[in-house]
Amino acid sequence: MSKKVAFLQGNEAAAHGALYAGCKFFAGYPITPSTEVAEVMSAELPKVGGKFIQMEDEIGAMAALLGGALAGKKALTSTSGPGLSLKQELIGYGCIAEIPCVVFNVMRGGPSTGMPTGPSQSDVMCARWGTHGDHAAIALMPASVQECYDMVVRAFNLAETYRMPVFVMPDEIVAHMRERIEFREPGELEVIDRAAPSVPPSEYKPYDTTFGDVPPLAAFGSGYKFHVTGLNKLPDGFPTTKAEYVQAEEERQLRKVYAKVDDIVEFEEFQLDDAEICVVAYGSTSRSARYAVNEARAQGIKAGMFRIKTFWPFPDKQIKALADKVKGFIVPEMNLGMCSIEVERCAQGKAQILGINRVDGEPVNPEQILEKMKEVK
Amino acid sequence: MSRYELRFSGAGGQGLITAGIILAEAASIHEGKQSVQSQSYGPEARGGASKSEVIIADAPIDYPKVTKCDALLALTQEACTKYSDDLKEGGILLYDTDLVTKLPEGNYKRVGFNIINTAKNEVGREIVANIVALGAMIALTGVVSRENGEKAVLSRVPEAFLELNKKAYAAGFEKAQAAAAAA
Repeated sequence: MSKKVAFLQGNEAAAHGALYAGCKFFAGYPITPSTEVAEVMSAELPKVGGKFIQMEDEIGAMAALLGGALAGKKALTSTSGPGLSLKQELIGYGCIAEIPCVVFNVMRGGPSTGMPTGPSQSDVMCARWGTHGDHAAIALMPASVQECYDMVVRAFNLAETYRMPVFVMPDEIVAHMRERIEFREPGELEVIDRAAPSVPPSEYKPYDTTFGDVPPLAAFGSGYKFHVTGLNKLPDGFPTTKAEYVQAEEERQLRKVYAKVDDIVEFEEFQLDDAEICVVAYGSTSRSARYAVNEARAQGIKAGMFRIKTFWPFPDKQIKALADKVKGFIVPEMNLGMCSIEVERCAQGKAQILGINRVDGEPVNPEQILEKMKEVK
Repeated sequence: MSRYELRFSGAGGQGLITAGIILAEAASIHEGKQSVQSQSYGPEARGGASKSEVIIADAPIDYPKVTKCDALLALTQEACTKYSDDLKEGGILLYDTDLVTKLPEGNYKRVGFNIINTAKNEVGREIVANIVALGAMIALTGVVSRENGEKAVLSRVPEAFLELNKKAYAAGFEKAQAAAAAA
């Protein structure tokens, strides 16, 4: 049987990825350049017994998302920078209450309303530190339409595995461009469903760490009754200020992700074996980088690319190892130097770091990257 | 075929993004090539300079935007002035002769005819000007076959408008051939 193929936008592909993963609930508020995700979900979810709700604003949408997720459904929202800012309080709530859900955020720039139809990569730090307090973050960076589909499936798997909100963060170019895409066959991609509690409702505690760093989450309304709060809590979900619980709980919520960093972090190494120059790129900018690396190789320049697929957790180990090997890193991005900060942190002064930073609504083009390679000494 | 870069430019509301999508779909779904379509537009629903870019190649496409434009369509003077600076030497500029009167300097092939007027008065509806332009672009560039271009057009339009679009596509294809022969 031949596979179903289509010519779709990244946003449309993301919605189909969510449906493949078993998403049954979408709550959102439309915003350029992410609206097509909501459009597809509103048309498709009713066909599979799911629910779509457009809330009064982004804050309400994030609240509804957490509610749907707590009720046991795989839940998706889509937004863009200004909406991501508004959602932050409830993203923090999702972190501390450990509610699995997927936030598909298309980057259009800012601060504030910025340039609604222009591309950007300037929400990457907002995904990491937008909500206050210590918390882990997972953010995936698709670079193609097919990856928008596949990474949304993976984001649901990660959200369910680690019981937390997970971000998928295409820039506007990847979200709006159209490419040929293959719809995945059932079973072709792994789909992880939420672990059900192994104890009866009378014995159930939502944060019972005797079941490990990620305690099973019962579907609210299925007979399991428990308390959910944004306050630091006891294993049964009720608030506490007891020092030994608060410290242990906060540490566990970081550990559940960072102890598994090798399972979570995905990346691509392109022409890096003998590279003296390493371009560190993500999203659509990695496509410019690939073009530039191919051009450079044709000119005899030893360049390669490290493509970030998982931005959070950041690929610390890989960048550290590269810093010992290469003369310099070039970090092209559509912001004024956010990934550069992380590369600098990992490289610890062992390699030169040159940023290419555009926030004028135009992509970093291959020529700019090639030109920058001349500055690596 | 190595990388071929096309840009459809004009004003928001002229259907240029749709024209780009149809061409890219013709290449990718019907012709078995690789293609990527992207766009850039302002916040306006109508008006303002708008562009849709299509890259077609035999191999996977990395950079999804135009680097050096092989073929440019300009349906307004503003778009022609704004988007013609990276037109390749020896490339093709297709323009509407009623709306674009100032052509950029440079060594490239100029092919013009009254695209919007053709849609309005010969085909019968101004709304299909983008399909007239698409037929013309395919005639001039040969990036996909005439048949595959038509297939892609017809798979995108509602049944009630099949004939109208077929007519628009043919008019554009033939007028561009005639204009190119005369150029």
